[in-house]
Amino acid sequence: MSEFSRIFAATTVALGMGLSPLAAAADQIIIGLQQEPTTLDPTADATASIDGMMTMNVFEALTTVAENGEVQPNLATGWKISDDGLTYTFQLAQDVTFHDGTAFDADDVVFSFNRAMAEDSVNPSKSIFKPIESVTAIDPHTVEIKLSRKDAFFLFNMGQGDSAIVASESVDTNNTNPVGTGPFKFDSWTRGDRLTLVKNPDHRDAANVALDKVEFRFISDPSAATAAMMAEELDAFPGFPAPELLTQFEADPRFRVNIGSTEGEVILAMNNSKPPFDNIEVRRAVATAVNRDEIIEGAMYGQAVPIGSFYPPHGTAYVDLTDAYPHDTAKAKQMFTDAGVEGTTMTLRVPPFPYATRSAEIIQSELAAAGIDAKVENVEWGFWIDEIYKKKNYDMTIIAHTSPNDMGNFARGPDYFYGYDDATFNDLWGRIETETDPTRRDELLQEGQRFLTDQSVHVFLFQLPLLGVFKTSVEGYWSSAPVLYMPLKGVTNPG
Amino acid sequence: MWYFIFRRTAGFVATLFVVSAVVFAVMNILPGDPALTILGLDATDDALAALREQLGLNQPVLARYVSWIWNALQGDFGISHSFRVPVSELIAERLPMTVSLAVAGMIFTLVIALSLGIGAAARHRKVGDWGVMFISQIGIAVPAFWLSMLLVLLFAVKLRWLPPGGFAGWSDPVAAMRSLVLPTIALGVVQSAVLARVTRSSALEVMRQDFVRTARASGLSRRRVLWRHVLPNALVPIVTIVGMQFAALVTGTIVIENVFYLPGLGRLIFQSISNRDLPTVQALVMLFAAIVVTANFVVDLLYVVIDPRLKART
Repeated sequence: MSEFSRIFAATTVALGMGLSPLAAAADQIIIGLQQEPTTLDPTADATASIDGMMTMNVFEALTTVAENGEVQPNLATGWKISDDGLTYTFQLAQDVTFHDGTAFDADDVVFSFNRAMAEDSVNPSKSIFKPIESVTAIDPHTVEIKLSRKDAFFLFNMGQGDSAIVASESVDTNNTNPVGTGPFKFDSWTRGDRLTLVKNPDHRDAANVALDKVEFRFISDPSAATAAMMAEELDAFPGFPAPELLTQFEADPRFRVNIGSTEGEVILAMNNSKPPFDNIEVRRAVATAVNRDEIIEGAMYGQAVPIGSFYPPHGTAYVDLTDAYPHDTAKAKQMFTDAGVEGTTMTLRVPPFPYATRSAEIIQSELAAAGIDAKVENVEWGFWIDEIYKKKNYDMTIIAHTSPNDMGNFARGPDYFYGYDDATFNDLWGRIETETDPTRRDELLQEGQRFLTDQSVHVFLFQLPLLGVFKTSVEGYWSSAPVLYMPLKGVTNPG
Repeated sequence: MWYFIFRRTAGFVATLFVVSAVVFAVMNILPGDPALTILGLDATDDALAALREQLGLNQPVLARYVSWIWNALQGDFGISHSFRVPVSELIAERLPMTVSLAVAGMIFTLVIALSLGIGAAARHRKVGDWGVMFISQIGIAVPAFWLSMLLVLLFAVKLRWLPPGGFAGWSDPVAAMRSLVLPTIALGVVQSAVLARVTRSSALEVMRQDFVRTARASGLSRRRVLWRHVLPNALVPIVTIVGMQFAALVTGTIVIENVFYLPGLGRLIFQSISNRDLPTVQALVMLFAAIVVTANFVVDLLYVVIDPRLKART
């Protein structure tokens, strides 16, 4: 071979590598997470970071949800729905294996669903399986699911971490050694410090996965998170805990800041089951006393979108109801006087989340201006869950509801911590849940938003933003999250 | 002497017993529900009931306590409610981190405090003395978490000499030591400031005594008198404080581990209390109590070694 042809050959090879999408095959990423998981099985623990790391990365489900909220095929490559909307026949992907080498087939689907639906199931979202009557394997690659009633959210719910497909061989150890079918395999976990995933070369879509290795680090303290990003110990912090610290990243050319949306509606919840909030006029007066813009500015440093009802602004059925009770302190004061509650003292018990504690101080002063003495009590999460959520021992509280499609909370009856029970709404939610036509369902969801705002069940404050800080080399991250997970399949980090 | 050891051992067991009862009672009185914490706000009632059954939360409190004590006596500290693995496994994983940090903090404290304290005493009422007094005053006043942030900003973010946090274990000793430098300083500064002042005043007191003047008069060098004669005689109050400080260092790791995101026992106990993970909290509090009681016990034994005259009093 002449000198020329050797150089030519070498150049061709180099060019070929440069042009191939696999050139970035050595991509690695180190991701910071604020919340530390205690176990790793999304079908047995609601901790959000389990979904954040495992769902659609290690574990897969029949369907998946795209960034725009659209349901897409996953382990089910397609499905047929019977005319009555009660029977779903799923075609399953072929030649899929779990990470431990066992084959995936219809029996694994049946096993996973029966486990989630069993009497002793500890699935954190067991209610999404409630409409399911039976799950049957027709052949190794076909599963039939029969519902007892129509379910508008069925296919969406089949794409959540709660409905991940697990194998009977590995289910008992998924807590500490998760085995799924996803594009990444679990590698190692040092509790309290880091968790590592590696690429699954046998995945059916492996050619489109750029990352070879993913490392999660658990950093709960906001200033430690900032230091770790600034020292370039991390490549990404997709759920950055401190909005007040974002400006210094925005000013730094090494980083890119993303402000997206989540499914989290932040509400000032009022205990509808007891005075004075069993009186709709008092609830409307609170809504009038509260100034959302001031709260967003003060508590979220301007980084949030106001909401006027219980539905995310990025959703297809959204109606803007933020002007239903325009902020008017004098009017609110008059309304409190008319209702005979002016000058009373009430408690505002807030859980230990920055969005809640900061909002509480502002709401306290807004209520004070309208003649209501709100005592702010900062409580710890365990206390909140027991005293406020379980025992309804509160007047007002602030909380974000982070699940998608959760307007049904208002139909959970008088025992739910809202203390709200309204036959008209329960009926409306029943129709929403079972309406499978998207246009008609959106109309009903709009009716629901208007109803809840008119009833002023709570004060709807703002949509919890998704604040992310990334090194500029990191691409492909979702900017908004319509679900609790963020797939790493499309993420690249050539360094 | 044997009677002394027997008495202390009985006291040790009694202390641990009382601690266990208090922790169990407090954790049960505190509002909270481990099952709800794990399954979250969308959980159905039957899933919660199934999980409570799994975790053994449906049994009466007293029965749970008795069975806990019985198992603990056999070395079984139960299964963590939130992590779902044996508590002993969790502790074994995290112990090296916390022990490394506490020991490094102790060494740092002793080296800094003894040299500064003795040095200040030797330069009594001179610039060096005032300098040490001034620095130690600042050291006492600075909160550990604030100092940690400053150290991280300077050495990790600005200069990039050391990592801002994290600890990957001792498999790479150089990386492990680098990870420990900033947390050790943050942990040790307050303690060494306190100890330096105690060392100084204790040394000054000894230096006023006749035998020191005699030693100097017999021709021994200043340095030799200080380290050979003054320090050993000044040790009793120093050892008392060091014993208390060791306990403070162990508990101080809770704050430091959170700021430097180190996977140690301090962070574990913090998380377990939020999760109402009773078996883990119980075992960890017992462990911390045992460390404190043992440290006091060792101090008592050291008194006798340092000053044989005290033997008569035990």
